[in-house]
Amino acid sequence: MNWTNEEKQIFCEVADVFEIPEGAYNFRVNGKSVGRKSTENINIEPKTDVSGLDIHIKPGTKNETVHIPVAISVTGLSEAVYNDFHVGKGADVTIIAGCGIYNCGPTDSTHNGIHRFFIEKGAKVRYIERHYGFGGGRGGKILNPVTELYMEDDTEALLEMEQIKGVDSTIRETKAKLGDRAKLVVKERLMTHGRQKAESSYNVILDGVDSTADVVSRAIAQDVSRQNLKLTIVGNNKCRGHSECNAILMDDAKVIATPSLEAANINAELIHEAAIGKIAGDQLTKLMTLGLTKKEAESKIINGFLK
Amino acid sequence: MLKLIDIDFEVKKGRSRLKILDHLSLEILPNTLTVITGPNGSGKSTLAEIVMGIKTPTNGRIILNNIDITDKSITERAKLGIAFSFQQPVKFNGINVYDLLNIANGELISKEEASKLLKSVGLDSEKYLLREVNGKLSGGELKRIEIASILARNAELLIFDEPEAGIDLWSFEDLTRLFRKLKAMKKTLLIISHQERILKLADKIIVLEEGSIKDQGKPADVLAKIKEEKR
Ligand SMILES: Nc1ncnc2c1ncn2[C@@H]1O[C@H](COP(=O)(O)OP(=O)(O)OP(=O)(O)O)[C@@H](O)[C@H]1O
Ligand SMILES: [Mg+2]
Repeated sequence: MNWTNEEKQIFCEVADVFEIPEGAYNFRVNGKSVGRKSTENINIEPKTDVSGLDIHIKPGTKNETVHIPVAISVTGLSEAVYNDFHVGKGADVTIIAGCGIYNCGPTDSTHNGIHRFFIEKGAKVRYIERHYGFGGGRGGKILNPVTELYMEDDTEALLEMEQIKGVDSTIRETKAKLGDRAKLVVKERLMTHGRQKAESSYNVILDGVDSTADVVSRAIAQDVSRQNLKLTIVGNNKCRGHSECNAILMDDAKVIATPSLEAANINAELIHEAAIGKIAGDQLTKLMTLGLTKKEAESKIINGFLK
Repeated sequence: MLKLIDIDFEVKKGRSRLKILDHLSLEILPNTLTVITGPNGSGKSTLAEIVMGIKTPTNGRIILNNIDITDKSITERAKLGIAFSFQQPVKFNGINVYDLLNIANGELISKEEASKLLKSVGLDSEKYLLREVNGKLSGGELKRIEIASILARNAELLIFDEPEAGIDLWSFEDLTRLFRKLKAMKKTLLIISHQERILKLADKIIVLEEGSIKDQGKPADVLAKIKEEKR
């Protein structure tokens, strides 16, 4: 595959890919698939009606990986991509998505990625999604991901989603519906700077008996950036839900965190924790006593917080 | 090594001002072990924080090796060779013990070196090196890690604020041995403590009361006086 330096940088940042990865993959660059491979257990097919992929993972597939990173390196490109993951019974796989935009031109480039996961009984999915933008043009780098999970009984999903740098505007939407004993763990990391805007909403519906959800969102807002975080957990059965929203506020940034819990069953246990504040003073002081400057200390604290 | 000259520290209390340290002067000679003791609230931690630059005195000067450091930042003082072990160790997110020791040292240290540091505070590095320095650690564990971070600094003047707090009785012996070893390494130590066994290690004990020095001298003399008063 012939990648430009910017494209290489994107794939490196969003998917840790330096060369062709093992397992199934699809690389998308500027609206086109530039490399695709299916394996015996994992079949990747382009959709015929809209842009996107159908990814079928055979029942029982274990320890396999799917890479589907996306790069946009031109200005003025706007795309919507629909990827559906059908994860067969008892499978256990890692899916590495992520998108990076390099825009040094005058017009916005936008990627709207709509990912749906149909997770069949007993299957486990680890989903890693990183978003990244760079390039100094006037055009925005815009990423709007929608993630939907339909989790059957006894399934597990671990979502690690981060947006660390360079994305001017994002509207993130995550929805999940859980069956009996299904388990959802979400780790979201968001950092905004400059004039960036980020919105992230979660709607987790615990329908199944003994289903559990643990949604942890950590955010850092710097400069004059804005963030709006909405976390909703609905408990319709005997279930446990925990959500946590922790934000560090810097400079003149603004963060709105709206937790919401809806319980419709007497045995639903739902907890929400939320905290917004500046960098902890005692942490700064401690690191400065170890010889770091204030700036260095801040960056250590931020990096740790986003881990 | 360190001179405090006429230090005042005041805080606002409603309309009036509350004096926490009152015309305090003292000198700490190089390669000595000084223990500051005194009742709760007498100003011991405040004094240490003023030396480290965490608090700014209302009045007075701080001299380190003939340099006036009164207006220097915490970072500058750290770089000039002062290290400070907090009374209440600080907890972090996403920073593990190894990271902290590396930050403290200023350079990347090997895992072996880090293990040695942990061993000297009685922690098994297998178990602790990659643990996050957060609230999941016990008070005593955090305190030991805090002390290890000071040892990693290679500073000249080491200040420990109640190092014994939270450390179990069984390990007390190790802690006193550690202080003796540091002294043998030509370090200058300033330890805040309520523990007789640590007071006994001192070349000089300073007794603070309501922000002033009430007494100072050799352990035998000072301890005798304290015991006399208690009677
Ligand atoms: N910012 C502040 N505002 C009000 N009072 C303060 C402030 N800082 C310190 N003090 C007061 O100063 C006094 C000295 O506090 P300090 O922490 O130095 O005591 P200490 O001798 O270390 O006590 P301990 O043995 O309990 O650790 C206390 O009465 C404390 O409440
Ligand atoms: Mg104190």
